Amino acid sequence: MSEITPDTVRHLASLARILVTEDEVETLAKELNVIVDAVATVKKAVSGDIKATSHPIPMANVYREDVVEPSLTQAEALSGAPDSADGRFRVAAILDED
Amino acid sequence: MAKEQLLSYEDALDKFEVVIGLEVHVELNTKSKMFCGCANVFGSEPNTNVCPICIALPGSLPAVNRKAVESSIAIGLALDCQIAPTGRFARKNYFYPDLAKNFQTSQYDEPIAFEGKIDIELESGEVHTVLIERAHMEEDAGKLTHVGGATGRIQGAEYSLVDYNRAGVPLVEIVTKPIFGAGDKAPELAAAYVRAIREIVKAMDVSDAKMERGNVRCDANVSLRPKGQEKLGTRTETKNVNSLRSVENAVRYEIQRQGYILANGGTITQETRHWHEDRGHTSSGRPKSDADDYRYFPEPDLVPVQPSKEWIEEIRASLPEMPSLRRRRLQEEWGFAELEFRDVVNSDLLDQVEDTVKAGAAPQAARKWWTGELARIANAENLVVQDLSITPLQVAQIQKLIDAGDLTDRMARDVVAGVLAGEGEPAQVIEKRGLKVVKDDGALIEAIDKALASQPDVLEKIREGKVQAAGAVIGAVMQAMRGQVDAARVRELILERASK
Amino acid sequence: MTELVFKTAAEIADLIASKEISSQEVTKAFYDRAEALNPQTNSYLYQSRENAMAAAVSADKAQAEGKILSILHGVPIAVKDNLTTTDAPTTSGSKILEGWVPQYDATVVKKLRASGLPILGKTNLDEFAMGSSTEYSAFGPSRNPWDLDRIPGGSGGGSSSAVAGHLAPIAIGSDTGGSIRYPAAVTGSVGAKPTYGAVSRYGLIALASSLDQIGPVSNTVLDSALLQDVISGHDPHDSTSLKDSLGSMTDAVKNADVKGLRVGIVKQLSKDGFQPGVKACFDDTIAKLTAQGVEVVEVDCPSFEYAIAAYYLILPAEASSNLAKFDSVRFGLRVAPEGNPTIERVMAATREAGFGPEVKRRIILGTYALSSGYYDAYYGSAQKVRTLIQQDLEKAFSQVDVLLTPTAPTTAFKIGEKVNDPIAMYLNDVATIPANLAGIPGMSVPNGLAQEDGLPSGVQILAPAMQDAQMYRVGAIIEKLYTDEWGSPLIAKAPKLEVK
Repeated sequence: MSEITPDTVRHLASLARILVTEDEVETLAKELNVIVDAVATVKKAVSGDIKATSHPIPMANVYREDVVEPSLTQAEALSGAPDSADGRFRVAAILDED
Repeated sequence: MAKEQLLSYEDALDKFEVVIGLEVHVELNTKSKMFCGCANVFGSEPNTNVCPICIALPGSLPAVNRKAVESSIAIGLALDCQIAPTGRFARKNYFYPDLAKNFQTSQYDEPIAFEGKIDIELESGEVHTVLIERAHMEEDAGKLTHVGGATGRIQGAEYSLVDYNRAGVPLVEIVTKPIFGAGDKAPELAAAYVRAIREIVKAMDVSDAKMERGNVRCDANVSLRPKGQEKLGTRTETKNVNSLRSVENAVRYEIQRQGYILANGGTITQETRHWHEDRGHTSSGRPKSDADDYRYFPEPDLVPVQPSKEWIEEIRASLPEMPSLRRRRLQEEWGFAELEFRDVVNSDLLDQVEDTVKAGAAPQAARKWWTGELARIANAENLVVQDLSITPLQVAQIQKLIDAGDLTDRMARDVVAGVLAGEGEPAQVIEKRGLKVVKDDGALIEAIDKALASQPDVLEKIREGKVQAAGAVIGAVMQAMRGQVDAARVRELILERASK
Repeated sequence: MTELVFKTAAEIADLIASKEISSQEVTKAFYDRAEALNPQTNSYLYQSRENAMAAAVSADKAQAEGKILSILHGVPIAVKDNLTTTDAPTTSGSKILEGWVPQYDATVVKKLRASGLPILGKTNLDEFAMGSSTEYSAFGPSRNPWDLDRIPGGSGGGSSSAVAGHLAPIAIGSDTGGSIRYPAAVTGSVGAKPTYGAVSRYGLIALASSLDQIGPVSNTVLDSALLQDVISGHDPHDSTSLKDSLGSMTDAVKNADVKGLRVGIVKQLSKDGFQPGVKACFDDTIAKLTAQGVEVVEVDCPSFEYAIAAYYLILPAEASSNLAKFDSVRFGLRVAPEGNPTIERVMAATREAGFGPEVKRRIILGTYALSSGYYDAYYGSAQKVRTLIQQDLEKAFSQVDVLLTPTAPTTAFKIGEKVNDPIAMYLNDVATIPANLAGIPGMSVPNGLAQEDGLPSGVQILAPAMQDAQMYRVGAIIEKLYTDEWGSPLIAKAPKLEVK
């Protein structure tokens, strides 16, 4: 119980790039605790040597050939952008280096 | 930013053992991108090689380029790696505007190739075996341009612009295991390793391998530990080291910087650092933190890569001779002195010399043409010798005419100039410029006799056995013959006439 | 010809093929009705008479030239608003995408266009298909034609209410945990989720990539079969798309025969938690089948107990990554926060303003499930539960041809009843989720009205992977048992919507 603290929510929201108000942090922590308690039952269901299924229908080796296909035009590419300049997507300044 | 204080390199090496680790990203030269059919080309107008996949439009899905997988397997094999029976793509989740999906499609715990090794030879001849941990497939990110602010750098910029042409270009990331025991040679080894990877992918033609274009990029991990200590020290990862010289300088700088901190009782912050070639130092990026929780999980939109044994063997069989083996073979075949051979290698002229030799020229002659006259011309014209408009075949043809005595060295240089000037094949240039060695010795003998007569003191010396004195006459004879004779023949005849 | 809108797609296709009516007449009839009734049902988020009629004109023209483009040539259709369309905005029920007109058509949309089906409009859904009532749509809930105060199911409540209310003869849905089947059950219509990979996901705005599947929504089993035949098939743009055809669903329906059929009842999905009237309808279906000589056995699927838990880990995990691309850079909403608007802050503010509470909840839950230290316990365990469910199903299908369950635990609930109780909402999908986790096909067919509220109930048919034809066969058998009894499909009993 209470695995999800308000701090956890703040951390997760920052990883997920979602601004949360302090009120939301409290609410989300409560809601997520309920959900996490419910879903945590999966831990009981499985023992070590069961393989994980990430694709419901097993397939492998699906490739496309190395062939150039038409691209969008620059105008098409930028058509949905909130802001653009000089043929590029324009964004606010980036805070941290890297 | 203030420059950090450094310990002298010798002191740092004296107190600490250096451990390095290298991550090299190789951009593959496939025709299309890793996960879509957009062209993989450099230098296009911004956002013209993009599609719904590269700009991550909602609903778009990736599809793996077979050739990129093949090239990745080939790189793995060239580095003596094992190829995974099952490789899987994974999502590496983090937000950054050059990453359209805000996750990078990469590989995590099931890379395509692992457990390899490569021998790296240093200038001194000592050989280090570098162990490869893994080589995995991933995609490149787009390109950011920072606008406004004084320097065009990221700090102080008013806004940034994103071009996704490079987004989705296939990359292979090659990661070494920690490299111990290089001592003061660690920086040199780092650079030599990157050079070796570059040569290999170039020889295999899986990458354009141009570091100045970012086709090969290196992140260098450096840590120090007190001598005798088992536990590894805290490492830093220096990014943005994109020339061989930078690799060497950046590693050296980090050794001295960390050495100073540790020698003064400080601790190293585990962080990303940036190398500034212009200022010769690294600066702190962001510390490793929670933000590095990349939440990897298997990419559900792609299925596993399970290369068959047959496919792997087919790829193995098509690998070219590895550059280090080829060098060893050629040096032996050509019989060059160590310095001569290194000159050819360092000028990146192995292909040219080899092709010239194959076309019939003697190895030494071929070497002299490429590292001598042709390098000089290229240098004078601010070109790289490889870009001169003369082929190894043409060089060999010219050399054969010299060997047959049909051209003098000076005439041959004229022929080369003509070829470079676009006057056609060597034979055409010879025809047009009227360059032909005079084979009738009558006129030559007459000229020699005349020259000897006008310099009796020289004649005397030759007769006394001082044959090197003949040189003084050769020039006059050559001038009289307008250069259209072979200097060696002139010398031969001078000695002959003098003895009469 | 007002009666036209109460005809099935198969009947309309026949009338068009025999030139008794034109596609333009049918399209106009449905468009007029949809335009008039949509204020009551809120089935459509976007309608365009111009687009629909232009496509109908093309269909008629093609037919005049002797080209019948498909078995549904000329039949108008509604498309869920999480499929990209170049001629209509695509929102996925979210403010963050409001006004975005995609630069490409989803593969399924392309197929509809190439098959001569005019698109009437884009239907409502819970935001990013997260929900089972459409109450989480940013553009208000859709309403159930049986009772406008009740939910039409979700996430595809726009498509189910459009079809059940005859605002479209057929529609496209997507099913991640029951989003086609649950709405079908509570609106007395038919909906099928094909085997994972049978229909291309390219252009479907991803919720959970390993669970999402596009499928048909209709009023009869034959109509769903016709539509599945039109939209399925391999697509190189979707690497998880099946290579081989699953055969003709239409033939499976037309040749449906009860002979030799063995049916399984899942022990874990036949006891508690079902509304008595729903349970009674289900028991009635079983009794009818038994009376036909069908062998009915109980099968044990113990791991189904963990299906919801596994689902609510896998879905949020994949969704948290799939929804990272909504970052205000290349499309959609951008919100600039007060003060110093760095890109990080713009992204966070945009996602705060653009996503609704349920989407945020699931993104944060998914981020948690994947984060370092928790991956194995949550996401990892959930993937193992998938394996267990597949094993249970494999065992069950070794004894029987199909499994039957009630589709939904209850009939349609009142709008507002569960909206603030996520867990209660999640339980609506208890019977539908296992099919998505295992990738098998599932469909819901109406099986009566619950005695306590007179609202429709549905029976779910689950078949082994790739055996969609078997599922359609049983769907057709059950449907016939009821239409024989009622003299018409269940939908004919629905109250008639009147233009107000």
